[in-house]
Amino acid sequence: MFFVDAFAKHMPYAWAWVLSQVILIVVFLVCLLVMVAFILLYDRKIFAAVQMRRGPNVVGIFGLLQSFADLGKYLIKEVIIPAGANKVVFLLAPLVSATLAFAAWVVIPLDNHWVFADINVGILYLFAVSSLGVYGIIMAGWASNSKYAFLSACRAAAQMVSYEVSIGFVLVTVLLFAGSLNLSDIVRAQQGVGAFSILHWNVFSILFPMLPIFFVSAIAETNRPPFDLVEAESELVAGYFVEYSSTPFLLFYLAEFLNICLMSAMVAILFFGGWLSPIDIWPLNAIPGVIWLIAKIWFFFFLFAVVRAFVPRYRYDQLMRLGWKVFLPTSLLWVLVTAAWVIFVRHGGA
Amino acid sequence: MFQTIAFYLFSAVMLVAAFMVIASRNPVHSVLFLILAFFNAAGLFVLTGAEFLAMILVVVYVGAVAVLFLFVVMMLDVDFVELKKGALSYLPTGGLLGLALLTELVIVAGVWRMAPASHAALQSATPAGLSNTQALGRILYTDYIYYFQIAGLVLLVAMIGAIVLTLRHRPGVRRQSIPVQNARTPEMAMELVDAKPGEGA
Amino acid sequence: MAFLDRTARSIFFWEFLKSFSLSMRYFFGKKATLNYPFEKGPLSPRFRGEHALRRYPNGEERCIACKLCEAICPAQAITIEAEPRDDGSRRTTRYDIDMVKCIYCGFCQEACPVDAIVEGPNFEYSTETREELYYNKDKLLANGDRWEREIAKNLELDAPYR
Repeated sequence: MFFVDAFAKHMPYAWAWVLSQVILIVVFLVCLLVMVAFILLYDRKIFAAVQMRRGPNVVGIFGLLQSFADLGKYLIKEVIIPAGANKVVFLLAPLVSATLAFAAWVVIPLDNHWVFADINVGILYLFAVSSLGVYGIIMAGWASNSKYAFLSACRAAAQMVSYEVSIGFVLVTVLLFAGSLNLSDIVRAQQGVGAFSILHWNVFSILFPMLPIFFVSAIAETNRPPFDLVEAESELVAGYFVEYSSTPFLLFYLAEFLNICLMSAMVAILFFGGWLSPIDIWPLNAIPGVIWLIAKIWFFFFLFAVVRAFVPRYRYDQLMRLGWKVFLPTSLLWVLVTAAWVIFVRHGGA
Repeated sequence: MFQTIAFYLFSAVMLVAAFMVIASRNPVHSVLFLILAFFNAAGLFVLTGAEFLAMILVVVYVGAVAVLFLFVVMMLDVDFVELKKGALSYLPTGGLLGLALLTELVIVAGVWRMAPASHAALQSATPAGLSNTQALGRILYTDYIYYFQIAGLVLLVAMIGAIVLTLRHRPGVRRQSIPVQNARTPEMAMELVDAKPGEGA
Repeated sequence: MAFLDRTARSIFFWEFLKSFSLSMRYFFGKKATLNYPFEKGPLSPRFRGEHALRRYPNGEERCIACKLCEAICPAQAITIEAEPRDDGSRRTTRYDIDMVKCIYCGFCQEACPVDAIVEGPNFEYSTETREELYYNKDKLLANGDRWEREIAKNLELDAPYR
């Protein structure tokens, strides 16, 4: 609450609180957007490098300003609304997607006590918001009045609902292990001291097998390759946003990358100690936690981007099989194993 | 003050959305309004301090059930003008039924009183020192564990019943075994033959 | 044993790790792309690019209006009209090439008995309107003057193989 006291001199406390929150939120959103702008470039550069290309390198030095040039282009283009489209739902869909993508970030702890809404059910809130992401896609697909978009929406609904189940169970194992639904508490539970503090991270605990499941489910949940059947360009042209152009398209694009960053942040928070430095000794633990979190987000985003480059797209039945027949039983079993571990090993029985 | 404003905002939007669910012509719009109503209900839950219930409402009803609704309604190609053509001829019967239901509701509402014990229960809704997630968990999984398990079993039976009713074994369906596909090696898939000129493989 | 091997490989994502290391090798490897406007690939002396009408070193235009190129052009992109000039020599009054129709087969330069019409090494002549791609005689002669050195060098390099 940085500005509350300063504002409270001039106005009632409640208004000062609201005003300071609004300022903080705007600053946070701008930072987030700038990060996404560079994440977009990062994604394109990684994908290009794996294919022995250079990637965007003309706008700005090393192409650093490419995303801003794209932003300008999207903003000045014409918004095309197809004939027969349901106009209100058509324009509402990208707004829903983008709003949800932003809303999820409110519970992400950037550092110890650096979180907008330190709510007790943070992990459930994240799960709820990410499960709502499917509405943006369904609405877009239905309102576009296009077969491709509609087919894509059907696929998206089935795919995202399926993988939410296994994501949910992975979250259950993590919260069982940490004993809290609060994301900050989950990170604090991974805090260690000394040179081996990294061993307290959830990856190096009994939760280890949940990491690949969560990672793969996160890719499926954000409809990234190799699970991008939603936009499978060889069959569905571009999926649910075929009919979108200009700013509405930009909103979808933004929402997609915000969600991927969110999933990277989730991997970091749930398994890799969030804002904690890997080794709790001097110069490393003096670095602010938010830097560590951002570094981890960029690292996991790298993995997301590289997977896109080397794994071929799954067939739809393979996708469903993986979700329901492999991940669901494994994660369900691991809920039991984790619960048993917490009771019998950590608490020594009963 | 903010809570009062939020309460009236959430309730007003919820009532309007609930009305639009039955009033809107397009069934997809109805489902979308239903989702809006769910959202505002979740907001009301948050206002009363039941944040766990609010999140579960969003996850289960909005995130899963309403998606299925929307999915089915989108797939339906029903001409609602055609469907509503004969509606006027049913008006007397329907109106009578509605009237009967309304009378019953009025009678029930007239004599309804809260049970004396529920006042005490309401005031100590969340035990001190516990988050409402823990309180709910304690009630569901400790105090009423047998009822909870029985409810789970009932749902399981319902699910198995639905599967049994709809499962058909069709003969001649080719199925894929992914482990077998994954276990295929180049040696199993192809054979290298040294073809002599003029002889063929 | 083979079963155990396979199971272990699939549990530890062996294939994914292998392909990850492969993609990392490409990631840090040399890039195959040229930084185009600043770097260009090599061109063969036989490269068939933008057309040009050449002149003799004394400034006289080579074309004698024999219309062989017009006759052979498979896309019928060339239009020629000819009249005797004041000094009695046969010259073109009009020599148009529709660059939109042209398929860059190079038959015109093969047919030309005096090496007048050639396809030069220039391939960067995109325009903003279609009209600019209807080349007339002035444009072609100007091209010939501009690219004469490169064209002459290419013809000389290619001469031993003709």
